[in-house]
Amino acid sequence: MTLWVDKYRPNSLLKLDYHKSQATQLKNLVQQGDFPHLLFYGPSGAGKKTRIMALLRELYGSGVERLRMEHMNFTTPSNKKIEVMTVASNYHIEVNPSDAGIYDRIVVMELIKNAAATHQLDSSGQRDFKVILLTEVDRLSKDAQHALRRTMEKYVATCRLILCANSTSQVIPAIRSRCLSIRVSAPTKPEITSILFNICRKEGLQLPEDLADRIADKCDRNLRRAILMCEACKVKQYPFTSNQPIVEPDWLTFIQDTARSILSEQSPKKLLEVRAKLYEMLVHGIPTDLIFKFLLRDLAKSCDMTIKTEVTELAAKYEHQVHKGSKDIFHLEAFVARFMSVYLKFMEESVRGMI
Amino acid sequence: MLIADSKRNMQAFLKTGKLGKDAPSSSSAEPGTSQPVVPKLTPWVEKYRPRTVEEVVEQSEIISVLKQVLSGGDLPHFLFYGPPGTGKTTTILAAARQLFGDIYRDRILELNASDDRGIQVIRDKVKTFSQLTAAANKPDGTPCPPYKIVILDEADSMTHAAQSALRRIMEKETRTTRFCLICNYISCIIPPIASRCAKFRFKPIKSEKIEERLEEIAKNENVSCGKDTIKVLVETCGGDLRRAITCLQSCSRLKGSESVVMEDVLEVTGIVPPQWVEKFITVCKNCDHKELEIFVDDLIQEAYSAFQVLEQLHEKIIESDFTDDQKAIICEKIAIASGRLQDGASEYLQLMDLGCCMINVLSKK
Repeated sequence: MTLWVDKYRPNSLLKLDYHKSQATQLKNLVQQGDFPHLLFYGPSGAGKKTRIMALLRELYGSGVERLRMEHMNFTTPSNKKIEVMTVASNYHIEVNPSDAGIYDRIVVMELIKNAAATHQLDSSGQRDFKVILLTEVDRLSKDAQHALRRTMEKYVATCRLILCANSTSQVIPAIRSRCLSIRVSAPTKPEITSILFNICRKEGLQLPEDLADRIADKCDRNLRRAILMCEACKVKQYPFTSNQPIVEPDWLTFIQDTARSILSEQSPKKLLEVRAKLYEMLVHGIPTDLIFKFLLRDLAKSCDMTIKTEVTELAAKYEHQVHKGSKDIFHLEAFVARFMSVYLKFMEESVRGMI
Repeated sequence: MLIADSKRNMQAFLKTGKLGKDAPSSSSAEPGTSQPVVPKLTPWVEKYRPRTVEEVVEQSEIISVLKQVLSGGDLPHFLFYGPPGTGKTTTILAAARQLFGDIYRDRILELNASDDRGIQVIRDKVKTFSQLTAAANKPDGTPCPPYKIVILDEADSMTHAAQSALRRIMEKETRTTRFCLICNYISCIIPPIASRCAKFRFKPIKSEKIEERLEEIAKNENVSCGKDTIKVLVETCGGDLRRAITCLQSCSRLKGSESVVMEDVLEVTGIVPPQWVEKFITVCKNCDHKELEIFVDDLIQEAYSAFQVLEQLHEKIIESDFTDDQKAIICEKIAIASGRLQDGASEYLQLMDLGCCMINVLSKK
């Protein structure tokens, strides 16, 4: 029993549901003998990984789908051992270098050296290069990115890199200029609904149009989330009804809940309660920038226009500070405290204005 | 002959740090130097790199100096600076090729930012190389200048310690070695080094010249590409010929045999379509927070880089008919946002912040 997300993942470039012209372009790229380094970027759930795997399949045939997990060990100059998990086939190797934390530079360099050291013996039916797939390159430290730029040029004869990132803002220009960047934008709402209909048809289910539309609205144009939501709906209640509730991600409801409690009362006591909630979110590994984003969205909704801009400015400021400091909770809490004070002041003033 | 052979070995050793003739010479990794057999695989930047000094476009002062050198004059130490893609590396390589002919690979040591260039490398590699004496004629007896050239590419990323270590070497070994430093920002070169070199500034290449070159390449490579597409290419590259050529090649790779159109150029260069930037401004003029939220969300979902948005927005703001005060406030915010983005802040929040600031400024009138 597999999830629908995996079951209906298109496995060749021609079967992709959207960005069709891009798919043909990628096919063109494979058919030419030369293959540059690639940089895929786009929001999560837009189908970057699906495209990369389809591209690899196009390059090497179905052999890339026989995957195995490997644990690789690296030793840092200070003799610390780090272990990184990789997923590999005979033709490619996939790593998430940000797993190694501040030692990502060593992982990147060693890995590429290892992979590039072996030449393809029989290059007749095969490509004479291997592919190294690095995910989340935007999380790589600057140090590692500079190291990457050197290794990219050095080993271009035996390996190609495919980089995968959420946004290019954090990728240094030197790397961007060495890669062919491919933008994968999120699918539009009609595209999502048509994909949902397709999946349901293949599963032999009836999907009411209203429900599909509502799922598409709720999923933030994230296709993966849309399909998961749809499957969750099916588990909960089948046959579908058009007004059945859609299960939202837990963390989202939790953030909404937090926002509500911030708005309900502004006092040091409440701040302490909110703090516990923030801690809980961080413990469960919810990224701080997401917390900021959705908190801001919910808080700004119930603010007057005059303080909306102020609140946004505060959120931007504190979110930036998170990246400079080491403890996220301080900055989250500071934001909540500041918001409370701004909100309270505004309320008092408007009450006074009324009298 | 033996001497030349051993010298070549020494060279290979210096370059790769490995002994033996057939240690995978680093040249095979450098694109375009070793694959004349499969011309398809060479990047066009390498393929169409000018081979002689005369072919280099624009940079007239340096060309006239180099021409004198070629006709028998002495070569000073050089310091080339200027924006990327204006032909700095090309010029010195072409000059070396003309000076030394076939043996030019033996006579130059090229180090760029991707090689380790700490003080240790300067002390070992560069010093040993510069102490070697060069013969005044080639293996076949024809005369050639009795010195070698050390090219330090991207010298602005060298540490100050490494640059200081270079000072004495530069003076002591003038008899056998000339240095050519190449950098983007002359302010990153320590003054003692700068004063030892003849400085040349490379200007951004004029659009007409870039256009000419691109058209020539497109014709040679059988890429069908309209006049207006080339215009867009030239505009987006801002005087950087290398970037323009790389873009053209990427486009043609993606499109296969079809013709390259304007949209492809925008896609490959990562430029945000202008209508999005204009919409950003209109949305802010409407002073609706909700609308802004939806717009920014869309922008992020379309995967446009926030950095690029800021850059293009900045241009638009400067050209717009806002008052100077408004422009100043908005531009300051853009600067803050782009700095924060560099630190790794969330794109959504920074764009929202900027949008809110613009709403505030524009609604005050």
